[in-house]
This record gives sequence, structure tokens and C-alpha cells, in this order.
Amino acid sequence: MKKQWPLWEIFIRSKNGLEHRHVGSLHAADAKMAMENARDVYTRRQEGVSIWVVPSKHITASNPDESGELFEPSMDKAYRHPTFYDLPDELKHM
Amino acid sequence: MSNSLENLEQSFQDRIDRGEKIEPKDWMPDRYRKTHIRQISQHAHSEIVGMLPEGNWITRAPSLRRKVALLAKVQDEAGHGLYLYSATETLGITRDELTEQLLAGKAKYSSIFNYPTLSWADIGAIGWLVDGAAIINQVMLTRTSFGPYARAMVRICKEESFHQRQGFEIMLTLCRGTEAQKQMAQYALDRWWWPCLMMFGPPDAESTHTEQSMKWKIKLKTNDELRQQMVDQTVPQAELLGLTIPDPHLKWNESRGHYDFGEIDWDEFWRVVKGNGPCNKERLEARRKAWEEGAWVREAALAYAEKEAERTAVSAAV
Amino acid sequence: MNDQQALYQYLLLLGDSPMILGHRLSELCGHGPSLETDIALTNISLDLFGQVRNYFQYAAKVQAEGKSEDDIAFLRLAHEHRNVLLTEQPNTDFAHVIGRQMFFDTFHQLLLEALRDSKDEQIAAIAHKSLKEVKYHTRFSSEWVKRLGDGTAESHRRMQDALDHLWPYAGELVQESPLEKQMKQQGIGADLEQIRPLYWERVNAILREATLEVPENSWFQAGGKKGIHTEHLGYILSDLQYMQRAYPNMSW
Repeated sequence: MKKQWPLWEIFIRSKNGLEHRHVGSLHAADAKMAMENARDVYTRRQEGVSIWVVPSKHITASNPDESGELFEPSMDKAYRHPTFYDLPDELKHM
Repeated sequence: MSNSLENLEQSFQDRIDRGEKIEPKDWMPDRYRKTHIRQISQHAHSEIVGMLPEGNWITRAPSLRRKVALLAKVQDEAGHGLYLYSATETLGITRDELTEQLLAGKAKYSSIFNYPTLSWADIGAIGWLVDGAAIINQVMLTRTSFGPYARAMVRICKEESFHQRQGFEIMLTLCRGTEAQKQMAQYALDRWWWPCLMMFGPPDAESTHTEQSMKWKIKLKTNDELRQQMVDQTVPQAELLGLTIPDPHLKWNESRGHYDFGEIDWDEFWRVVKGNGPCNKERLEARRKAWEEGAWVREAALAYAEKEAERTAVSAAV
Repeated sequence: MNDQQALYQYLLLLGDSPMILGHRLSELCGHGPSLETDIALTNISLDLFGQVRNYFQYAAKVQAEGKSEDDIAFLRLAHEHRNVLLTEQPNTDFAHVIGRQMFFDTFHQLLLEALRDSKDEQIAAIAHKSLKEVKYHTRFSSEWVKRLGDGTAESHRRMQDALDHLWPYAGELVQESPLEKQMKQQGIGADLEQIRPLYWERVNAILREATLEVPENSWFQAGGKKGIHTEHLGYILSDLQYMQRAYPNMSW
């Protein structure tokens, strides 16, 4: 089969002060083209002020089969959350 | 618990029943993967082929305002096709492979796009009726179980809200216009009404995929339920336009709380699905032409990217 | 021609080229070499039609005969159009599309940069707004000329063929017509004498980087600015004007 344009993952910052968020992917021959395509495909309605494009092959994803050991251990660590601590109601804004 | 296929399938089904989303790298039954590749790519192909009948009127749009709205709408459809191809690609198939399936006639797309656009009013009718029908289907699909598909649908629904309004506004302008314009609008409704009702697929009794699709939440309502929803929402809109829906059996049924409507010509439906609609050949031919004539362009861009990468590597080494 | 008539004609000259080029690009919608490129070309077409609407809405005001942007866009005869011949050239293949775009964009950017200083505030404002769009067009088309010129043997050959075909139409953009001279003298129009060397310099730089030969032909076709067009325009207009001609005096 013929080679096709590689796949890129697109991240967009919707406005200054917010983080870049993954919005989808597209095909492009090179980074410049990926950037232009991302602008045309994902910001047609003023959705962004900044774009990141990343070749999909460079993303390493966690394995869903390992979700148990990766994420469950944090579930019983309630002491990391502010609601774990009992404080008097008189104390405001802490 | 053993990891037998049966157990895996059961816990997979449990996840769906609990309303969890399935993500591309999660374990999934092979049939789930195949069904999704088929359905999402079919949806993507529909967006892309769907550009053609409307594209047919871009150069002849009657005003600049209408022209830019139509251009933007057809361009959105390219974008929607792209989102959907991307969602399909997460299941381990490439866009090129999907395109080749379409061009080889192995993949289907919505039959509605095999009908011709014969007047400017057809652009209004497509926006009003075809997009109206599509939105009913797509709103349902925002809750589907496969994450990438559901997310693409959310994005698409958000963008498509202007499409149906655009179509209805065209119809409204025609219906408030001259006698010639009203006739144009009525004639378009006459031709698009029945094919639009066919868009929801064969009747439930004959639909082969419905049961499994509902289990996997690819479908939350049956074809007939969706079709009824389309009829119920469209009749008052047609009244507002002052147009007559071409169905002598159309009548409000008080006891059902729905409109009754006439028999759909399923022979026509199957004829068009099987390739003998008025424009099946033209549509595929247009896609094939774009694909084949674009081959050297796609190759050139890759070759140039490789040269550029080498040049960068060499200059970095020096 | 009094000043007002001249301004009206100049607005047609500014608007007609983007309109005809936008029309050519709109013919490609749904037929591009990849989905991403299809979307990009349509974006450029949309930008151009947006600019056309700005020019024609203003022209209608200047003309003060109660006409609309659509009357100006759809109801003129072929010889009343002032677009350059380049914009009429057909979408023979993607190389022709990109070559045509590169010539026009390179010129268009320089033109708008100059028009930002127009004494006519409305024109200056339109130029200011359009320039942002056109800078992007220039980037898009010049990069694609390089990709095709320096891509594969086939793309190089096709890009060179397209250039050879388009070259005779590349000069008219920077040839000053009497109308443009008059507008320049009033401080409203751009000075093509100043734009010309920059235009050729940029075009040559792009072609050089794209490993393409600058065609030898030095005779440039012209006539569009005074209403003498190629045979293509009549067909373009029969599409563009179809509805307005077949159903006159209706609103859409």
C-alpha cells in the first residue's frame, strides 16, 4: 500500500489563561502543513488562540489493562483532599 | 474470575450498561470493533459524498450572502468527514483504506446523496429536511458508547445547528417570495420528502442491526421511532412555510399523539441502496476523480517533507 | 470620469479579482486532493468573498443609485468586469490552482499593505482587515509551490507546466492602468510602480526555492482591467449570474 500523510494530534488553547486541550487529529505531510490544517479544521469558529501539533506516533499512551495498578492506588488516599480535614465552621476561607 | 472470552464480553457489556464510554485501546469484542469501523466510516463517507449535491449550487448561489453560507456549510461537511475518519482511525484502520473501500463500492454512504439537486430550492430543502433528519440521528449518537464517536458527534452537532437554520431560512424566503419561488420550494419538497424519510433506514421489522446496535448504544431509538420523530417535527414547519407535504395519508392521530403517514416505497429505497439511484454513479465518479487526481499531490507533499527532514538533519549535524 | 465615478470603478477593480478567483476556488469545493486541502482552499475562497462584499457594499454606497452588493456582483456584463485575466484561468490541475494563487497572493499582500495608507478611510479599513487573511493565503500558496516544485519528478514537471502557462498572465497585476494612475494621484489607490519590483523579487525567490525555472516569455497578456477578458469569463458569469438572470428582481 502507498504511504499516506502521517497522523497528527491537535491541541488547542481556547483562550489565554486556559490549557491546551486535545481536540482531535488530522493528516499532514509535515509540521507546517499540520499547523495550517489544524487552523483550518479546528478553529473555523474562533475556537483557539494557540495550537500545538504533535505527530501521533510520538505519543505514548498508558495501557488500559494496567488501569488498576496505575490509578486505583490513589483512590484510598483521601488525606490528599481538603475535605479530609475537619475544621470549625467559624474558620472561613481556608 | 477467568479471562474467558465470554467473561470479557460480559464485563464489556456491563460497562456499557453502566453508561461507561469505551475508548480505543480498551478491550472490545471483535464485532464491536468491526461494527464501529463500518458505521463510523459510513457516516464519514456520507459527509464527504454529501458535499457533492450541495456543492453543485455553490457557483450559482443567488446572492453573496447565500454563497458564503453555502460554502461554509459544505466546508463544515468536509470537516465533519474528517472528524469521523479520525474517530474510525482510532480503531486501527487508515483513512486511505477507508477511502479505497468507498471507491471500490464496498462501503456504503447515505442514499439521500444519490438524488440530484435540480434547483436552488433543493439547497433549502436539503438544509431543512436532510440536515433535520441527520440532526435527529446525531443528537442520539452523542450518547453512543464509543468515546471517539460520541465526541465527534458532540462537535458536529454544535457546528450543525446553523445548517438546518440556513436551509429553513432559504425555504422561508422562497415561500414569502414570488409565485415562481413558491413553486420552486414546493417542487423541491415534493422530491425530497420521501427520500428523507428513508434516511432512517428500513422498518424495524426488517432491520438486521437494530437489536445488537441498541445493546451497544450505537442506537438508542429504533429506525421507526426516529422516523416518526422526523415526521412529527416537520409537519408544523411545513405548515409555517405554507407548503404541502406530498402524502395524502398524512393525518394527526389523536390517540397515538403522532402523525400517521403513508407507505414508504421500499423498492425505491433498496434500488438506490443497491446502486441504481439517479446519481450513484456520478457521486462515486466525482470522489474517484478527486482521489486519483490528488494522488500525485499527496505524494509530492510527502517527498518534500522527507527532503526537508533530511536537510534539517544534515544542517544539525554540521 | 469624475472623482466619484473613478472611485466606484476602482472599487470594482479591487473587488472583481477576488470575486473571480474566489469563484474558481469555490468550484473546487468537494473535489480537492485531500480533505485537509479541500478545507483550506474553501477557506481562502470564503475570505475572498468576504472582501468582495466589503468592496461592493462600499461601491454601492459610492454609486448612490440604491443598488446592492448583489446587483454589483451579479448584474454586470462581461466587459464591465475589471478583474485581471490571471483569476479567470481554469483549475486545470492542482499545480495550476496553486500557481495562480501564488501569483495573486504575492501581489495581493503588497497591494493591501499599500492600501492601508489610502486617503479613503473605508478602503484603508478594508485593506487592514483583509491583510490578515491574505498573509495566510501567501504562506499557504508559496509553501505549496515549494512542495510541488521540490517534491517528486511528476509534481516538478506539473508545477513547471503550470508556471509556463500562467506566466503570461502574471504581469498584468502590476501593470498600471489609467484608472489606477488616477487613483494613485489622488492618494486613494496603491502605487503599482513601487509594488512591481517587490512583486517580482518575491515571486522569483519562491520559484528559486521551489527549484523551478523562471519562464523566458516576457510578453504579458493584459486587458482585464479595462474589461477585455479571456473566453473563460463568459462561462464563469453564466454560472455566477444564472439565478439573478433567470429569476430577475427577486430576493433570496
